[in-house]
Amino acid sequence: MAETVSTSSENPSRRDFIYIATGAAGVVGAGLYAWPLIDQMNPAADTKALSTTEVDLSSVEEGQQIIVKWQGKPVFVRHRTQKEIDEARAVDITTLRDPATDEQRLVVNGEGKYEPQYLIMIGICTHLGCVPIGNNAGDYDGWFCPCHGSHYDTAGRIRKGPAPKNLVLPPYQYLNDTLVKIG
Amino acid sequence: MSGYPGYDPKSGFEKWLDARLPIIRLGYDTFIFPTPRNLNYWWTFGGILAVILMSQIITGIILAMHYVPHVDLAFDSVQHIKRDVNFGWMLQPMHAVGASMMFLAVYIHMFRGIYYGSYKSPREVLWIVGVVIYLLMMATGFMGYVLPWGQMSFWGATVITNLFSAFPLIGESITQWLWGGFAVDDPTLNRFFSLHFVLPFAILGLVILHVWALHVPGNNNPTGVSVKNVDKDTLPFHPYYTVKDGFAIVVFLMVFVAFVFFMPDALNHPDNYIRANPLVTPPHIVPEWYYLPFYAMLRAVPNKLGGVITMFGAIAVLFVLPWLDTSKVRSMRYRPLAKLFFIIFVLACVGLGWAGAKSPTDLVFVTGTDAATGAPTGLSFLWFARILTLYYYAFFVVILPVLGLVEKPKDRPESIEKSVLKSAPKEA
Ligand code: HEM
Ligand code: FES
Repeated sequence: MAETVSTSSENPSRRDFIYIATGAAGVVGAGLYAWPLIDQMNPAADTKALSTTEVDLSSVEEGQQIIVKWQGKPVFVRHRTQKEIDEARAVDITTLRDPATDEQRLVVNGEGKYEPQYLIMIGICTHLGCVPIGNNAGDYDGWFCPCHGSHYDTAGRIRKGPAPKNLVLPPYQYLNDTLVKIG
Repeated sequence: MSGYPGYDPKSGFEKWLDARLPIIRLGYDTFIFPTPRNLNYWWTFGGILAVILMSQIITGIILAMHYVPHVDLAFDSVQHIKRDVNFGWMLQPMHAVGASMMFLAVYIHMFRGIYYGSYKSPREVLWIVGVVIYLLMMATGFMGYVLPWGQMSFWGATVITNLFSAFPLIGESITQWLWGGFAVDDPTLNRFFSLHFVLPFAILGLVILHVWALHVPGNNNPTGVSVKNVDKDTLPFHPYYTVKDGFAIVVFLMVFVAFVFFMPDALNHPDNYIRANPLVTPPHIVPEWYYLPFYAMLRAVPNKLGGVITMFGAIAVLFVLPWLDTSKVRSMRYRPLAKLFFIIFVLACVGLGWAGAKSPTDLVFVTGTDAATGAPTGLSFLWFARILTLYYYAFFVVILPVLGLVEKPKDRPESIEKSVLKSAPKEA
């Protein structure tokens, strides 16, 4: 009994060290255990692999929009009319909530040229994820989201309503003049 | 304590068991529990909730025997339950309507708590456990509604999971983690099914804590006056309140079955009978009625993150309510001003629900017409929701703290017994 007391009072720091080291190892262990349990919910390898879609732009008539599915999300492919392009370019971008020129909303083709008639965007409202209605809907002739009333213009830029950002552009590239690979 | 002698094992077996696993004693102490003699029918909703929770668990386990959590099969499997499974036409609505009934009962239960000051010392933990149960119920109900995989299921899931994308930097990662992909899809449906199955059991566990936390201080009562003399102020829970609760449960179940048998779809949305389509959003998406007030708050704020914070804050504020209310008087029966503000609060909540069901640009009432366009002008539901949201918060963070300091309460009865026996004999 006396011996125990003297041991602990002589070496308090050694005891504390073991105590803290055990605790720390326990915390690290718990973290290592928890991470797989959490990470399993992230997109699985096969989900991530389903990540490219090809679109033939020649099938989209002027003034028309098609919706293709990419990674489970709708992607708008719009063949814009000259009027829409002019409208998009007439805007003073300093007045925009998420400033971007019309060209920044496009991607150059294989020859380094823009194809301003084709606008390709992820068709998901940047507010809470609904699919906006297209074909010159809303106050700015572009898209209108029915869920909480966001208006996007003919370049898919947010103009009015609760959404904070322009419609997002997916990564894509022109394989030739009319064939596009999304993803 | 003469009315409550405690458990006295009679038979040899009871004595033997009591020394090893005092489970009969536990049941006895739970049911032969001193309960204020003046509880009114607002106190029956706890028992009602317990009954519906059991019903949800039983019908849920049964539905899970026939339901298929897969994007291609879920919608049809629910139709299969409703049309082909024996008694499925009854069991499926029992579960779907049961969810609504549970929220109806929980809202009444919570308003009761606020009116009678049941969250005040010494019942703060009891109240907080209740708020956690409510949060879990919201999560469970939301995930359950996704399972039939109709249009409202899908788009409700999309909008609600996107709420988390409002958080700066980590928002996007959180939503992808919730989805298990890049949009609401099969992985999302599967995990929602798993969680929807298990959360009610977590709720059950919390209900046990809730009842435990109730049995330490005992029930509050309509006067808010604490029990002073157990013999005079209380009655044993059984048989007095088992009978009163039982009667209320039967009446409540009559409302419940009226829905199940005669209008099983009245509380559902017609669009949920359209198969989920990830490429088309229905023109007017609305959540289940029990989330509408929060949905109205979300839309009342023009900023995305601001809306999300306002909505979650409306529930978070309930956690600190016991410390916001500065009045020492529990029951609003004796607080004329608080009572008035409480009534307005209930109306504000109902009004928010109404606003949540409407499009923000619709008008509550028309005051005139726009000179230029000829369109009617007036109070829009957007502004209506903004005013009511402001009142909702003001009630908790301004009115209740200030009233406690300035209001002069009415005289309270000396004891629970005196309040019941108004013309009571002096001391019999
Ligand atoms: C707190 C208790 C519960 C609530 C509030 C709740 C709520 C809901 C809701 C709102 C639905 C959608 C019904 C519809 O629109 O058709 C649903 C469906 C479902 N629930 Fe629950 N539930 C609860 C407990 C449970 C339990 C314990 C289980 C299983 C163990 C379960 C299994 C299911 C299944 C399989 C479905 C899909 C079939 C259907 O849509 O009818 N639920 N639940
Ligand atoms: S999701 Fe489009 S405005 Fe809210």
